[in-house]
Amino acid sequence: MRQCLALSSIVFSVLLVSPSVYAEAVYAAVASNFTDAMKDIAQQYEAESGNKVVLTFGSSGKFVAQIQHGAPFQVFLSADQNKPDALEKAGLVAANSRFTYAIGALALWSAKPNFIDNNDAHLKSGDFNKVALANPKLAPYGVAAMEVLAGLGLTESTKEKWVMGENISQTYQFVSTGNADLGFVALSQIMSQGQIKSGSSWIIPTDQYSPIRQDAVLLKSAEHNVAAQGLLDYLRSDKARSIIHSYGYQTE
Amino acid sequence: MLSPSDLEAIWLTFRVATTVTVILLLIGTPIAWWLARTRSRLKGPISAIVALPLVLPPTVLGFYLLIAMGPNGFIGQLTQELGLGTLPFTFWGLIVASVFYSLPFVVQPIQNAIEAIGERPLEVAATLRAGSWDRFFTVVLPLAKPGFITAAILGFTHTVGEFGVVLMIGGNIPGQTRVVSVQIYDHVEALEYDQAHKLAAIMIIFSFLVLLSLYSFQRKNTLWGAK
Repeated sequence: MRQCLALSSIVFSVLLVSPSVYAEAVYAAVASNFTDAMKDIAQQYEAESGNKVVLTFGSSGKFVAQIQHGAPFQVFLSADQNKPDALEKAGLVAANSRFTYAIGALALWSAKPNFIDNNDAHLKSGDFNKVALANPKLAPYGVAAMEVLAGLGLTESTKEKWVMGENISQTYQFVSTGNADLGFVALSQIMSQGQIKSGSSWIIPTDQYSPIRQDAVLLKSAEHNVAAQGLLDYLRSDKARSIIHSYGYQTE
Repeated sequence: MLSPSDLEAIWLTFRVATTVTVILLLIGTPIAWWLARTRSRLKGPISAIVALPLVLPPTVLGFYLLIAMGPNGFIGQLTQELGLGTLPFTFWGLIVASVFYSLPFVVQPIQNAIEAIGERPLEVAATLRAGSWDRFFTVVLPLAKPGFITAAILGFTHTVGEFGVVLMIGGNIPGQTRVVSVQIYDHVEALEYDQAHKLAAIMIIFSFLVLLSLYSFQRKNTLWGAK
């Protein structure tokens, strides 16, 4: 009788637990600069875990506003550290879940081949119509771009030629459509498999701007969600890291 | 209460909307006139093109304008030939985009007003030897006045409320392309909800008052017309 009870309780607990372990959907809000890398990582995680990952890409600022007002995300991958910090202060983050999943790299890019010679010469020459950058008020890549310009003493001389994207995707769009000759974009947008995909670029030495540390958090509402926790664990695994590196990011 | 950059955005928005309204009345009137009176088979396709911005997502319109006005697009090639450079990220680029975007809001009220006049008053005027310009200014304009006023108000307010298109082609340049709607978006994105609320409240009150005056004006006019 006792065995029977034990057996049935095992069966019962498997029935209860299994749906929450397998084939669960994880809703993740992801900063747009991490789009390509996250698609690859999510695909691998889905294959290995059997869970499904539903990705939403956008600007971190908008995600914070949405999460504060009950958006059904479980995981948030920000483009910076301030926004996860703000959510943490608002008590919306699961304790000790925050970590830096990637350190972003900045590149000066042109859609035209041979326009930039992997150095700052063309930027210094002033021989371009516009230079696109992400709005530094909103995007950490914009802050980094301003630091590079200031470091080169070009802030004042290029100011007239700035055009600002609301986020790094829009900045990329301004350059890729040829409306701006040059632009400061995320290296991850122009790099795949460790190679620059098109145009010409200057991969800016990392000592010219403060590190763009991007933090991820598990949201309070998903504190006990095994699949969501699993995705964050996977994000820290060696497999995920090698994907992250292939898009030009560094990790801790 | 408002920061200098908020005030700059409000002033810019006012300049953009005024310029666009004037241009739209100038080009929208002949289009509306033609659409109201033509029997051409082109009437359907032209009406559809004019009405497209009503249904297209502004981001789609903005994205194609960014490409078309860019250095490789056909508008961009034209403006470069004329020595004007390219239009995105400039005040005039915003004007061109807004003219496309608000066109149906100006053409349709004027077209309806002209259609409502019908042929009869124009024929009478013609028998009195009024030339076509004369007929337009002495018959059509006074009779279709409510339509023109509605068109101007809708064109103006719709341009003030424009966001998606500006976001795509603006480049967020203070005094050039950073209009109120973009400024509000920036405040929200930067988590500056206080400033966002202030500007948004101003926008809601302004839009409400304008629409209120439009509808009271229309009501008065129908009463007058019925008398």
